[in-house]
Amino acid sequence: MSVLVTAPVLIPLATAALTAFTGERPRLQQGLSAAGALAFLAAALWLVAQVAETGSVGVHFGNWPAPYGIAFELDRLSGALVLVTALMGVAVLLFMASEADPTPTHPLLLPLVHGTLAGVAGAFSTADLFNLYVWFEVMLICALGLIALGGRRDQLDAAFKYLGLNLFGTLLLLAAVGLLYAATGHLNYQALATAARAVDPALLHALLAALAVALLLKSAAFPLYAWLPASYPTLPTPVLALFAGLLTKVGVYAVLRTLGDVFMPAGANWSEALGWVAAATMVAGVLGAAYHWDIRRILAFHIISQIGYILLAVALGGANGHAAALFYTVHHIIVKANLFLIAGMIAALAGSHDLRLIGGLAQARPALALLFAVPALSLVGVPPLSGFWAKLLVLQAAFEQGRYLWGALALLVSVLTLYSMMKIWLEAFWKPHPQAGVDGAWQPRQAALGPAWMATVGLAAITLAIGLAPHTLIAFAQEAAATLGRR
Amino acid sequence: MIWAVAFGLWITLATGLYLALSRDVLRCVVGLALLGSAINLLLLAAGRLGPERPAIIEVGQQALQEAANPLPQALVLTAIVIGFALMCFALVLVMQLVRRVGTDDALALRLTEPPATDPVKPPLSTDGGTRA
Repeated sequence: MSVLVTAPVLIPLATAALTAFTGERPRLQQGLSAAGALAFLAAALWLVAQVAETGSVGVHFGNWPAPYGIAFELDRLSGALVLVTALMGVAVLLFMASEADPTPTHPLLLPLVHGTLAGVAGAFSTADLFNLYVWFEVMLICALGLIALGGRRDQLDAAFKYLGLNLFGTLLLLAAVGLLYAATGHLNYQALATAARAVDPALLHALLAALAVALLLKSAAFPLYAWLPASYPTLPTPVLALFAGLLTKVGVYAVLRTLGDVFMPAGANWSEALGWVAAATMVAGVLGAAYHWDIRRILAFHIISQIGYILLAVALGGANGHAAALFYTVHHIIVKANLFLIAGMIAALAGSHDLRLIGGLAQARPALALLFAVPALSLVGVPPLSGFWAKLLVLQAAFEQGRYLWGALALLVSVLTLYSMMKIWLEAFWKPHPQAGVDGAWQPRQAALGPAWMATVGLAAITLAIGLAPHTLIAFAQEAAATLGRR
Repeated sequence: MIWAVAFGLWITLATGLYLALSRDVLRCVVGLALLGSAINLLLLAAGRLGPERPAIIEVGQQALQEAANPLPQALVLTAIVIGFALMCFALVLVMQLVRRVGTDDALALRLTEPPATDPVKPPLSTDGGTRA
């Protein structure tokens, strides 16, 4: 029964292996991949139903007693994130079935996508610090494979930049994990939480600093975000959406899990530093986005700025801050991935990702314009979409604690986000296409986008549903937050 | 023993960091490999060093005294395997990169950036991209 906790890791891993062996038979490979993604989604739904009822489900491997064996444990926080991960997998694989992305598929594409999903789900479900490092490595190697898979010169360049900074981050993470083990004698979260109270605070803070820097690099926080805009825009659309939705959020989750939960009494001292890092991340990300003209670059910088919001919620801490962080993460993963998918559709129809070279889509494809408006306005935080509630929760937590400057910065960044989204709207949809005739006539390219529409409309519907009935998710997030930091 | 390891770790870390900060992409990867080795040494040292005592908990004791803790050694083993795989990937990647792009200078790798001459404002559609 409790072995099913491992399903979110085992199913994608098995799918990755099966799809790796069937690379020469594309139809069979696609069928296996779709079946694996749906099984993952079903398992995640079942697990979320379990954790919503019982609080947490876990398993210790090899029947080792509590602090010794490697443990998997899903509580409400990780359960919700595993479910969103499975959802991303389904949406992205569905999108791949369309012709929105013209790049030829590689036989290793699907195995690596499922490998990434396994790494992300593993990082969310584990209750062991060293195991967390291993899952980060699984994600890293799969991500590197996916970046370099296309083999274009700019993709190799992107893979090198991604490799350099992220490898440094994992090494730092490994060092921090090893030294935390030396100081406490434990790796299990529960045992670490107890043992850390007996450690000399000065030593513990030095170790937590190394851990935090490594995890913040993984989450693309200021000033360690340079790898993200340098690598993401070179990716094919579905992979880009998967990375944008999931990878950096694992870093943020790990920050929340360690500083906000496992090392809680000591972790609370970090809120001041973390808050300023978050504020700088928000501002730097949104300013970077304002500069660029490539939709993918604009959206990549917005990942950074939104990471700032989630980190701000983590830094504010307490039940309200942590609930806001979970709500914001769920909202952000869905909206961000959707925006990248829609950007892929825009490029497929208009011929380019460069906003200066495209236009006229509001007239040619009004439904796409409407579809784009849902996640774009949700990202800005316009009611009644999910982003409004996410930002409201963060701002409430900020003002409750008297952090008026951080709150004001968050509001300012929202305005600048609106500017970027308006830029995409005006350039890609509103202005006539540069190649249009004098009478404004212009025909978008032909592409079979059926599955892409299904994926993006589905994600937009989830955004709308969260926005119209936020109570369910807010209540769930508050219950999840209530158990954090009480080990 | 511990001082010898500490000295070796310091040398490896300093060399690795120096090479990792290099503009030459191959040196950068070799530097990261050395940094990985230094971290592995650190992990090993974190579990106590000492060849004489077997890792057995004596009768009546609850914890391992004096002898080296075998768990960090297992962790190092895992880290070595992962690091080895990543290094293989990184070396192939760098070779391909140097061969395809024709440079090993990290500062010349600007393929993922917009061109420096790209006008920022106003958009191409109105001024034809003549302004720098």
